Amino acid sequence: MARTDEVETVENKEAKDALAQPPVIGPGYDFVSITDKIASIVQRGTPVGWYLGFAIPFILTMMLLFAIGYLFAVGIGAWGVDIPVAWGFAIANFVWWIGIGHAGTLISAILLLLHQKWRTSINRFAEAMTLFAVACAGLFPLLHMGRPWFFYWLLPYPNTMELWPQFRSPLVWDVFAVLTYFTVSLVFWYIGLIPDLATLRDRAKSKWAWRAYGFLSLGWRGSADHWHHYETAYLILAGLATPLVISVHTVVSFDFSVAIVPGWHSTIFPPYFVAGAIYSGFAMVLTLAIPIRKAFGLQDFITMRHLDNSAKILLATGLMVTYSYLSEAFFSWYSGNIFEAYVELNRIRGPYWKMYWILVICDVIAPQVFWFKRARNNIWTLFIISILVNVGMWTERYVIVVTSLHRDYMPSAWGMYSGSVWDYATIIGSIGLFLALMFLFVRLLPTISIAEMRTLVPGSKGSEAK
Amino acid sequence: MNQPHQLSGSTNGCEGETHKTKKTFWRTLEELAGSESQTNLVKRLEQHAVMIENALDRRDFIKLMSASLALAGITGCSVQQPTEHIVPYVRQPEEIVLGKPLFYATAMPMAGYAMGLLVESHEGRPTKIEGNPAHPASLGATDLFSQASVIGLYDPDRSQTTMYLGEIRSWGVFLEEFLKDISKQRASQGAGLRILTGSVTSPTLADQIKGILTAFPKAKWHQYEPAGRDTAREGTKQAFGDYVDPIYHFENADVVLSLDSDFLCAGPGSVRYSRDFMNKRRPDVSNPNMSRLYVAECTPTNTGAKADHRFPMRAAQVEGFARAVAYKLGINLPGSGATPYTDHSDAIAALARDLQAHRGSSVVIAGDYQPPIVHVIAHMMNESLGNIGKTVRFIDPVEANPTNQLESLRQLVNDMNAGTVELLVILGGNPVFTAPIDLDFPSALSKVQTRVHHSLYYDETSALCHWHVAAAHYLESWSDARAFDGTVSIIQPLIAPLYSGKTEHEMMAALSNNPDQTSYDLVRKYWQQRHGTGGSTGGSSQTSTTPGQASSPPSNTTGVAPALPNPPDGFDQWWRKSLRDGVVANTTAAERAVAIRNSQQAGTASNIPPLNPGEFEIVFRPDPSIFDGRFANNAWLQEIPKPFTKITWDNTALISPATAQRFAIEIDPARRGGEHGNMVSDVIELNYQGRTLHMPVWILPGHPDDSITVHFGYGRIRGGDTGSFKGFNTYLLRTSFAPWFDVGLKIRKLDETYELASTQAHHSMENRDLVRAATLGEFKQNPKFAKSEADDPSKSKWLFPNWSYPGYAWGMAIDINTCIGCNACVVACQAENNIPVVGKIEVMHGREMHWIRIDRYYSGDEHNPETHFQPVPCMHCEDAPCELVCPVEATTHSSEGINEMTYNRCVGTRYCSNNCPYKVRRFNFFRYADYDTPVVKLQKNPDVTVRSRGVMEKCTYCVQRINEAKITAEEQDRTVRDGEITPACAQACPTRAIVFGNINDPNSNVTKLKAEPRNYGMLADLNTRPRTTYLAEVRNPNPEIKTE
Amino acid sequence: MHRVFHPSSNIIARVTIFGGLIIIAGICWVVYAVGTSSYVTEVAVPRSQPVPFSHQHHVSGLGLDCRYCHTTVETSAFAGIPPTATCMNCHSQIWTDSPMLQPVRDSYRTGVPLVWNRVNNLPQFAYFNHSIHINKGVGCSTCHGRVDRMPLTWEEQPMEMQWCLECHRNPNKVLRPRDQVFNMEWQAPTDQVTKGAELANSYHIRDTHYLTSCSTCHR
Repeated sequence: MARTDEVETVENKEAKDALAQPPVIGPGYDFVSITDKIASIVQRGTPVGWYLGFAIPFILTMMLLFAIGYLFAVGIGAWGVDIPVAWGFAIANFVWWIGIGHAGTLISAILLLLHQKWRTSINRFAEAMTLFAVACAGLFPLLHMGRPWFFYWLLPYPNTMELWPQFRSPLVWDVFAVLTYFTVSLVFWYIGLIPDLATLRDRAKSKWAWRAYGFLSLGWRGSADHWHHYETAYLILAGLATPLVISVHTVVSFDFSVAIVPGWHSTIFPPYFVAGAIYSGFAMVLTLAIPIRKAFGLQDFITMRHLDNSAKILLATGLMVTYSYLSEAFFSWYSGNIFEAYVELNRIRGPYWKMYWILVICDVIAPQVFWFKRARNNIWTLFIISILVNVGMWTERYVIVVTSLHRDYMPSAWGMYSGSVWDYATIIGSIGLFLALMFLFVRLLPTISIAEMRTLVPGSKGSEAK
Repeated sequence: MNQPHQLSGSTNGCEGETHKTKKTFWRTLEELAGSESQTNLVKRLEQHAVMIENALDRRDFIKLMSASLALAGITGCSVQQPTEHIVPYVRQPEEIVLGKPLFYATAMPMAGYAMGLLVESHEGRPTKIEGNPAHPASLGATDLFSQASVIGLYDPDRSQTTMYLGEIRSWGVFLEEFLKDISKQRASQGAGLRILTGSVTSPTLADQIKGILTAFPKAKWHQYEPAGRDTAREGTKQAFGDYVDPIYHFENADVVLSLDSDFLCAGPGSVRYSRDFMNKRRPDVSNPNMSRLYVAECTPTNTGAKADHRFPMRAAQVEGFARAVAYKLGINLPGSGATPYTDHSDAIAALARDLQAHRGSSVVIAGDYQPPIVHVIAHMMNESLGNIGKTVRFIDPVEANPTNQLESLRQLVNDMNAGTVELLVILGGNPVFTAPIDLDFPSALSKVQTRVHHSLYYDETSALCHWHVAAAHYLESWSDARAFDGTVSIIQPLIAPLYSGKTEHEMMAALSNNPDQTSYDLVRKYWQQRHGTGGSTGGSSQTSTTPGQASSPPSNTTGVAPALPNPPDGFDQWWRKSLRDGVVANTTAAERAVAIRNSQQAGTASNIPPLNPGEFEIVFRPDPSIFDGRFANNAWLQEIPKPFTKITWDNTALISPATAQRFAIEIDPARRGGEHGNMVSDVIELNYQGRTLHMPVWILPGHPDDSITVHFGYGRIRGGDTGSFKGFNTYLLRTSFAPWFDVGLKIRKLDETYELASTQAHHSMENRDLVRAATLGEFKQNPKFAKSEADDPSKSKWLFPNWSYPGYAWGMAIDINTCIGCNACVVACQAENNIPVVGKIEVMHGREMHWIRIDRYYSGDEHNPETHFQPVPCMHCEDAPCELVCPVEATTHSSEGINEMTYNRCVGTRYCSNNCPYKVRRFNFFRYADYDTPVVKLQKNPDVTVRSRGVMEKCTYCVQRINEAKITAEEQDRTVRDGEITPACAQACPTRAIVFGNINDPNSNVTKLKAEPRNYGMLADLNTRPRTTYLAEVRNPNPEIKTE
Repeated sequence: MHRVFHPSSNIIARVTIFGGLIIIAGICWVVYAVGTSSYVTEVAVPRSQPVPFSHQHHVSGLGLDCRYCHTTVETSAFAGIPPTATCMNCHSQIWTDSPMLQPVRDSYRTGVPLVWNRVNNLPQFAYFNHSIHINKGVGCSTCHGRVDRMPLTWEEQPMEMQWCLECHRNPNKVLRPRDQVFNMEWQAPTDQVTKGAELANSYHIRDTHYLTSCSTCHR
């Protein structure tokens, strides 16, 4: 796949001149200093900045809870959804968050299997990001139901009605896909944490931290066969997680491609969605990595090399997504299907043309600057463009959901959609929830895998690994 | 459902002792509660969803939160069921079988004229109105007003007591005072007594009033209907020298010319007329013939929409048009021709030739809103074409006392201003709101010493009267009324008065000083007299009051044919039969010979001055959904999308696209709702005779330029919770001199906008063959013009063998050629299936709940387009896209091919609606169903679940009726017969455009229709294989007229 | 470095892990048990009534036919609850001053109906029709049990969807000759399988797909 090609080019370059490339770890680090550096982030007292930073996401989270409360109180009508546009923000948000949730597993699992050493310093928080993103995503299918208190009817369980969920419905596949993905990611992340938890336990100052980390580290002593089991488990899980990276968003894309709605009913959706997912995922990784390395002075661990590679991946996936847009447009014309053709034109020139062009600018045009090394090595360009891509990807989902529905087959039923204040409260609130979780994570757990970083130290076993 | 009509006269079910309904069996606790607290009335039908969404303060919010959480708790863990109760009768009426509805025949008086009905009653609760097949005005169908009238009965805003200056008084106290006033009048022979009613056809009421007028010789009886038919009345008088009523026989008419007449959807006979007319417009291979319809009209009407040739023109030009046609027919016309009509000259010539070619089998019909002279011309054309006696027959007026009502009202006002009126009794009507503005009725009214208003609501008029007496709804009343053709129906109550209302008969009885007579006694006694010699004689000697002096009509006002012969098997039998049938035998008025008076004297041209440049013509019309305002509080009618504009809850000024351009007037879709719900319209100022009114506009293709139509009936102030402060009161511009149209209107665009709730603002079909149409010529050449590849079952794109449907396979065929877009089906469906009303705001969000909608498309040039109506219910696709995406199997396919919707399984993902190409699914975004107003529950159909918040719903082919019929059939060990099952929409349809049945039965009506070449499936190329298919539209234009 | 937890904590860990599983299983079982218990379903729990009416006495004691009181059971969806007048047909003659029947006499005198507590109760969205079941040879006792042995009436069956489906999927096993429908003593014969099939044929009972379509019961 295109992605691996991209990676290989990285490899070759590296082989040619290691000097040209910034290293994956700053010079002059030994095991101890690494450990100190990373562990201290958790162990030194909470900086005031953290509280200030945490306050905002926390408030937003409260807003989310309030919006949810109101929604459950009065009903789904609080949102902007109507007939014909019966899906709105909620589904766009769901797909967006799930997409973001992809980078984590991709980095940890696939790049691990591909022996990409540079992944090491970003995989930890990428995985955390994945978990939190999937958690946020999981909210929306629940919220958007008319009768959320019956959500369990989507699960197969023996009941007095002798009824099962309908397994032909993509929504049921979603349930399984998302739950599996979440579980596996969680386990993967936790296993990866164990050695570091042990480290934190051993360095713990307060008795409670000592006990807590002790409990979580499952009595890790770092003995040889501990490591042996650990490595195997980690690899197996990586193997398990890899197909999930593909499967989850494929299934999510079925929600659309299985339906007969013009603009949805398209076979290109699965690869298109997976590429888009990785695209937005890496964008979010950058958006988070850049401030974090600044805030905690991790420039030596998350080096320009990482950012550079991420940018290249953004460029690659961005091109795949662009290709999908083009082929969609092409086939809407080539198919000769008037409904498809109308939907495409309507996206470009219809009432929602602004959204469409925002998406083109953010997802297609913006990442092209990454052809230039200068852009890839400029923190600010990276940061801004990563945010643009995030915005663009949300817009893409909005365009897919809304513009396809609002003018489908019968002109008599054509209508318009726009999110209500509660829609906005919910999406912003969910971002708040996500950030709040991230803040807690960087405060309580090592942001970067200490154990794996050690392997990068010159002279260590890992550093010779090709 | 062809349930047997209950022999009702005999049972205490209907002899006025309907109090039994108080002790009746209820299916649920709520209904029980409903029955007990009928007087505890607080809320309106229009939904609190709106309230919840908009006015949710913190307290409510907390309440709702906890409520919903509690709910979640209950549903989450299964606790014990709350105990329900069963409350049986003490003595059960014998005809009542619990769980089976009874059907009673009665009639609804509409502006005086009767519409024969069968009313479905569940354990004493009237729940659904059906047409009475035996009644000439109905033939089993209904219009939307009678369909909707049933919630009028349960309207919590109806007046509930007698009031004196707004304070509650007992009926007894009222009588005391009232009798005093009357005795005062007795001295002066009633010189100061005036009675104001609407048009009266009720023989009993007429007889009572006659009695009063003989007792008080100086008293006077005035009649006024805001949407009255004076012009038609005066037309006949000018043409024939006497008031007569024309009856049209469209079943014999091959060519019809309508001069601004909406005979398909307006007027007493319209339901019958539309059936007769459309029966000649069902071309098939065996008989590919159709009648031809020419329409010259101003405001686009449903009739105009079905025309083969429509000539849009200002209302004032219709006379000129008529004269032009008459001239071509070689009729020499009286009166100086009004502004001569010059356009379409060769079309007119061709039209005239067409009429000539169909002497005796053509009809020329003039509209109620055209001046008398146009009617005169129409009558003369019919005579010269030899139609009179063939396609047009004349009868004695059906009205008891036909009179020029405007003049009658004007005279009353003069008397009131002169101070000669001491006691004014207003029976029904709402003159303070509806009277022409120039008469200044309110101030005149204030000069009357004692004012008594008898009406259903405490309305604008009641507020200005001393006494207000709550009227009984017609479903609570004993009375009688006559249909457009004179046929008498006896109105029997379905339920005892909910709010202790009084009938007009009881009012008149009080006035004639014997207040203790029940209306049952009165009606029955009257008809006893009519059989004995006591009855009045000869309606034929119809002496009518000349305009200007509405006064005590002479000897006979009962207006029905001579005293009936004594029935062979006694009066009681006759009485029971009449009640059972819903029509009184042999009361159809006999044809009356008429002759045009010497044409020189026949009428004079209504010389309407020509239009000054820059000025406009203003046209007044009753509102298509709330009529003259009397239905303002009827939420069903308020939420009906009007046939052309699809606007709900409002009225607008209708203007032509060209006019809109001239004034840069625009209508834009709002960001939310948009074309399906929310359009933002510019507001204009109407300035007419120094009176101004600000109104939003609607740009209506096909509306003539330089003319602006406004509908009256909106803008009520005391119209009840639902009806008040909706729309704009155009009565404020309507004068007694120009009740229907006039020149001299100036308009100005204001920079205001107004949000309209229109359910379909999109006009064009976007080149998608949803409605397929052809001309008769094309049809003859290629009968299969409507077929597409997808309509050929052999070319099925389905990979697997088709699923087989042994036994029944239900299907529906809708003939868009005969659909007149009258909305009767929409209301019928709403009534049958407990469909909630959502209110203007929710409609604006694109969330209206109607299971069947009538799509309106335009084709051709926007100044005079072809209009297409297409009713769209659920298509019940055999390969239904909605079914496979539902995660919980809430929507599934039955063994008979019905696309079932199981509400109690639905979790509300709304995926099915997204995947429905026809967008016929409706979602309960809020809790739309009214659980809080007890009395409203009485109307609910116990055979259909009331849907809660968060579930999807849609057309079920009225599965409750299907099951009922199947069970009956199974029990008799037979199969369901064709026609045994009729969905609500099909049953209400005046033209029988909707046909339902078993498509496995080769002889069923629906199978035959689906076999016709015109039959096609909408969007069938998606391989949805819809069970509901359409019969394509065929127009029959005159080949001699080339369409410009 | 010294350990955080005493070695025993390993045992504790294992115990908690497996214990946890057992507890979860236990909870599932409890939920199931409670859900099907007569406390929730109210099966076989006699209902208190304003008048302690005994089917046992009236049916097996006096031999009244079901249809004497439940008049519309053969013709309507609703079996019918006797109006007070029906009670008074006899009780104006016998037990005329029994205090137990005071409410009945009051109701008859004042015209205020008796308010019974509902025993067999289906949710609002399930549209059961007595007449068709009777006509197709489903006996009273099949669903209502030996009412003739109920001093105070109770609900015989939980009346949950699965219970309805049992018969709708395989009606043959409960079908009986029409003349046996009201017979309380009726027992399924040993060859019910064949008998039922025959009856299903002669009564034209439709196939399972028809009987289990949602709209058969839900509208």
